[in-house]
Amino acid sequence: MFKFFEPNKIFLITSKAPKYVMAIFIVVLSIGLVEALILSPEDYKQSHSVRIMYVHVPSAWISLGIFSLITFLSLSGYIFKNKNFFLIAKSLAPSGLVFNIVALVTGSIWGKPTWGTWWAWDARITSMLILVLFYIMFLLAWRIYEDNEKVFKITTIISIFGIINVPIIKYSVDWWNTLHQPASINIISKSSIHSSMLLPLMIMTAAFALFSLLIFLMKYNTELIKIKNKGLDRL
Amino acid sequence: MINEFLYMNGYGLYVWTAFFFTFLSFSTLYIVIKIQYVKEINKFVSKFGALDSEKEEVARTQTINKEILSNTQSI
Repeated sequence: MFKFFEPNKIFLITSKAPKYVMAIFIVVLSIGLVEALILSPEDYKQSHSVRIMYVHVPSAWISLGIFSLITFLSLSGYIFKNKNFFLIAKSLAPSGLVFNIVALVTGSIWGKPTWGTWWAWDARITSMLILVLFYIMFLLAWRIYEDNEKVFKITTIISIFGIINVPIIKYSVDWWNTLHQPASINIISKSSIHSSMLLPLMIMTAAFALFSLLIFLMKYNTELIKIKNKGLDRL
Repeated sequence: MINEFLYMNGYGLYVWTAFFFTFLSFSTLYIVIKIQYVKEINKFVSKFGALDSEKEEVARTQTINKEILSNTQSI
């Protein structure tokens, strides 16, 4: 089953894919920017400041998605003793961290005209900040520990503790009284966002997802070449 | 009209700062990852060049090595 995940086979695809992903990313991002900055309407309450949503929300979604994927891969790697899963998890983390920081900073910029403050220690914002710390711990563990077995174990533990925070982030706006507004988009029930705003949001999400895929591919290729460099030393 | 678009009812500074920060972060991440990638490729090429002919033959049989070498031309 895991033969597909052999680095030899994956590298044949991942080494060629970045240029195509980059091209699609530029096209989708250009459409997304036109939709987000020009074609989408202003909000009746928040006016043009609502446009910050088109970078803030996709960043937050993708950072949460990447951390969930990292946990799934780390756990799978540990259970099935597949080192490549850990390598994929490691390659996903840098873009996850950057998306998390972008979500926090753009949220703060959006907060100033909307709430009158750059920062509030409310449940949603604080739990997002905690996720940044988990990303940093995860990446630091890869830098600090040289021994593979040790780093696999520690990064899996970090991701398991970190994943507890993900549902807290998601439901924080329902569980506690927060400055942050509740979710406007629901998969199960009807979304409260108008289609004229939903469309640019989806296009920007697709663009950001393509960017994280691009970074992942480049990082993963780098990691494989690093391993090959060590292999050449042993020849 | 352009002024209106930039000013955005007084919210322009917030909107443009948010978009600028996002794309600055993206560019920085892309450049950092690209530098790491090029560094590793260059290391690989110099190590590969230092191999004697027998070891080079062995190294060339591996799929990833062949692929890395073919990619060096595109950098």
